[in-house]
Amino acid sequence: MANSLFEEKLYSDKFLVTSEVGPPKGMDVADMVHHIDLLKDKVDAINITDHQSSVMRFPSLGGCLLVKERGGEPIFQVTCRDRNRLAIQADLLLACSRGIQNVLCLTGDSIDVGDHKEAKPVFDLDSVQLLRTIKTMESGKDLGGSDFKGSPKFCVGASVHPEADFIEPQLIKFEKKVAAGAQFFQTQGIFGLESLRRFMQYASQFEVKILAGIIVLSSARMAQYMNDNVPGIIVPQPIIDELSSAGKGKGLQKGMEIAARLVRTIKEENLCHGVHIMAVGNEGIVPDILEMAQIVGAAP
Amino acid sequence: MTVCGAGGEREVSFLHGALRVAQVKGGDGVHAFLEYTVKRQCDREFLDPLGDRVSEVDAILSLGCGVGVQVVAERFPDVPALPGVNTSFMGATEQGGVWDERCAACGDCRLAETAGICPITRCTKGILNGPCAGTKNGKCEANKDIDCAWVLIYKRLESLGQLDKIRRYYPPRNFRTIPRPRRLAGITSIDLGGSNG
Repeated sequence: MANSLFEEKLYSDKFLVTSEVGPPKGMDVADMVHHIDLLKDKVDAINITDHQSSVMRFPSLGGCLLVKERGGEPIFQVTCRDRNRLAIQADLLLACSRGIQNVLCLTGDSIDVGDHKEAKPVFDLDSVQLLRTIKTMESGKDLGGSDFKGSPKFCVGASVHPEADFIEPQLIKFEKKVAAGAQFFQTQGIFGLESLRRFMQYASQFEVKILAGIIVLSSARMAQYMNDNVPGIIVPQPIIDELSSAGKGKGLQKGMEIAARLVRTIKEENLCHGVHIMAVGNEGIVPDILEMAQIVGAAP
Repeated sequence: MTVCGAGGEREVSFLHGALRVAQVKGGDGVHAFLEYTVKRQCDREFLDPLGDRVSEVDAILSLGCGVGVQVVAERFPDVPALPGVNTSFMGATEQGGVWDERCAACGDCRLAETAGICPITRCTKGILNGPCAGTKNGKCEANKDIDCAWVLIYKRLESLGQLDKIRRYYPPRNFRTIPRPRRLAGITSIDLGGSNG
């Protein structure tokens, strides 16, 4: 039996669609709940980010609880940046006890790119070790070797960067993640289908599901900002030019067109198993992108 | 002796002169400054020559590393010991006046598996199983002026024909090898030949 609704879909033939919601800075969760409500019946699962870009926010686990409350399917993003192995295991136990069983295991951005630059970077575990930690927990033990009274079960995912400018070490790490038990991958934002094709030629030898990460850009300026400041992101010049060609105030519309075009092509050409749409601050437009890409809502 | 120009006989002399000048130019009290350079500051017996002098002073300003300041404080408990330098890291000289951190003295050395490039010191996240996805143009996501340690490690292992070392899984670090404060016991100076270098 599947550990979650998302896991069940993962092993069906369905073209998967996930998206993400970033928790707010502060207690006012009205916008987050609004975005969860907009997305929960349109996508197969909603990722809740974990202090994205190392900016302190309402916690991922809190956001996942809200997704459950609203009747959606959450993916709990867990980074290694802020918690040591005790805290991570404890949060995973809490998550599972509340029916949050999809986990995306990430190293986490550097503290230095965020808004608490003087904080202590933890990184007690890395992403591969985190994946193995989850397998250990599922076997009924904690990392200290003690037996659990009540073991958790999860559906575990990880991240991969098909457009990294130096791909070889990234692929080695990808294989380590597969060996550590990753069932699905949500890729870093990709912009060129050639790199995705190349990556899938390689990745199809592994029994894992790949969801292509699609970042919705809202202007040429945003694209340039991401190139300069967001870890790992490389927006190619033709996409920046296309965004620049949009008239004043039409940047987001153009960004949505680009995203929808990518999603539609990926689905039509069956390039990978699904897409993960990241609208970074514009979560409300994801249903429109799905409509533009002619993707029907998540089957219950 | 000093390598980084922070705390040898010459630096002690410069600081002594600077303190006297500062006092003449605007000091609000009258202080006498004495200078003395010990051969080694992390072994108590090397501090013995200071014994008589210390009884005459209100404080000791140390240009040794943080270890030296603390040994002075332990050796002379009745006199405040002040740090005259901000001990930063163990580094290598990159060029004149520029040093790069290379070793965290973590007690969990990985250099045999990482082509002599330390991921604990030189990767901002200190991770063990390969690069994060933030590396761009061979640089670190935290600082575009710093090389990504894992890109360097990969390239060097590749040229050494040792990529199997990066393919291995490395389990979580044993931070218990570094309970603070650490103690290294079982090796005496006699075992080491009694060197005083």
